[in-house]
Amino acid sequence: MAAVSGARWKRWLSLYLPLGAFVIGTLFPFYYMAVTSVRPDQEMYIPWNRPHFAPFWTLAPTLEHFALLFRETLFARWLLNTLIISVLSTAIALVCGLLAAYALARLRFPMGGALGSGIFVTYLVPQTLLFIPLGEVIRSFRLSDSLWALILTYPTFLIPFCTWLLMGYFRTIPKELEECAQIDGATRVQAMVRIVFPVAMPGILSAGIFAFTHAWNEFIYALVFLSSATNKTIPIGVVSELVRGDTFFWGPLMAGALLGSVPVAFIYSFFVEQYVSAMTGAVKG
Amino acid sequence: MPAPAESATPTALPKPAMTRLAAIGLGRFRRASRTERREWLLALILLTPALVMLGLFVAYPFVRGIWLGLLDSVVGREGDFVGLRNYVKLWNDDIFRRAAANTFIYTGFATSLKLTLGMIVALMLNNLIGWKRILRASMLLPWIVPTVLSTLAWKWMFDPTFSIVNWILYHLGFIRLRIDWLGGPVMAMGSVILVNVWRGTPFFAITLLAGLQTINPDVYEAASIDGANPWQRFWRVTWPLLMPVTTVVMLFSVIQTFADFQLVYILTGGGPANSTHLFATYAYQIGVATGKLGEGAAASLAMFPFLFLVVIFQLWYIRRGEGGRGSA
Repeated sequence: MAAVSGARWKRWLSLYLPLGAFVIGTLFPFYYMAVTSVRPDQEMYIPWNRPHFAPFWTLAPTLEHFALLFRETLFARWLLNTLIISVLSTAIALVCGLLAAYALARLRFPMGGALGSGIFVTYLVPQTLLFIPLGEVIRSFRLSDSLWALILTYPTFLIPFCTWLLMGYFRTIPKELEECAQIDGATRVQAMVRIVFPVAMPGILSAGIFAFTHAWNEFIYALVFLSSATNKTIPIGVVSELVRGDTFFWGPLMAGALLGSVPVAFIYSFFVEQYVSAMTGAVKG
Repeated sequence: MPAPAESATPTALPKPAMTRLAAIGLGRFRRASRTERREWLLALILLTPALVMLGLFVAYPFVRGIWLGLLDSVVGREGDFVGLRNYVKLWNDDIFRRAAANTFIYTGFATSLKLTLGMIVALMLNNLIGWKRILRASMLLPWIVPTVLSTLAWKWMFDPTFSIVNWILYHLGFIRLRIDWLGGPVMAMGSVILVNVWRGTPFFAITLLAGLQTINPDVYEAASIDGANPWQRFWRVTWPLLMPVTTVVMLFSVIQTFADFQLVYILTGGGPANSTHLFATYAYQIGVATGKLGEGAAASLAMFPFLFLVVIFQLWYIRRGEGGRGSA
């Protein structure tokens, strides 16, 4: 009996406590973001060492910061822009990635291996390596300061990922499935579209969720390619309109940060398993 | 197929057996090559959309970036060819040298901390019986929420006058005076690393956990029977078996951390006094904020040699892994 309770005590100390501390540390910034977004201004700017200061909650919650966000900034527009850009760039990336992945995983052709490696390498190219010349390219295509600048450039980091993930997925689908369809008189393309793609649906969903959150997250291209207030995405709009010089409007900033995070967090919460499988699949290759 | 065989038979009669076989072989090759050619065509069609996108918006900008780095372009002016003058200028620029050193320090500390913490959390999660799914799901939040938005929350938490972190540390009795988190060069760099670790650890923990779950528990049992203690079990069994996953996760993380922009841009803007710039933030400052496109392109391309080495290593590692799997 003593040994059992000793083991339980040890388990608390080595497992539950550190894990609990880690989770609290992980989630605290979001909690603080939420509290700040409903805290009235007169309560917010109190020096940290003043007594009777309760930073963890507020007894007079207000929606004033959210109201300001919609009244005095174009937040609703930014939300819409972010949504349009994320959905369209994800769709483009999924179509390109799906077709390319099928070719690379299933067809034999010269240079196939080299092309696969080439696509994998572009997956590793960080956005910050190319943003200046890419901005020039965007300008010469006359796409500057238009949503299309992002809709067309985001797929560059989404396609390699989708291709890589779906290639792995196609390899798990037995070839016999297609061969049966072809014996039954279907062409190769019909077998691909009617048999293989539907079976790959879970993989497509995983890739789509992952790509969508990536597109929603992107910052530097949006910062460099867009300039007018009506075209901004949420991260850019919040940072550029609610920070004036050295003055940070923390209430509206945190309200904007919260509202900008909720859609991805919401979608993510429905598809946690797909997201995790995409993430770990991308690593396994 | 009957058609080539029939046509081969009448002419084949007077010929020796070898020639007949060769003719059949040739027919087979022709037939195969026809389907092969159709397969090539299909592959080409399927690959075209992806290749066009990547060509236009990755390969072309890359070439153009190399060219731009050799010009003295500023916004609105094409610029003249100046050879390597931009690179020489950067090499003699103290801020750039500082940024280069910072990038390596940032990458080194952040990735090793993420690996250590991520490994510990993964091992703990693997030992956990219930709660695993909910913990895993909530742990990933820093990874999916837009980095700029969560970094803004950190910036607010690090505020010089209203810092909640100071408040907590003060009330726990750890500090008596306020800590200026983003004030001095060393402190600011440390804070940026802290936020990067906060954001990146979940990725390590979850992918390493996925790796851990593929290890057969019998291996551990065998090791315990042989008298290995937990420490030995980790270094002799878990660590080597997890190595493939660890290496790939590390390489991904090294590339992303090395090329990071958002954390520094939001938290310090490269300050105080340009002491916390990374390659990317300094390239942005030169190329976009002050509009010297040529110099900015050169500054971001300065990341290329290191990234290239990492990618080469990664390709080599993956190929090696595939070879191993094939022979097994």
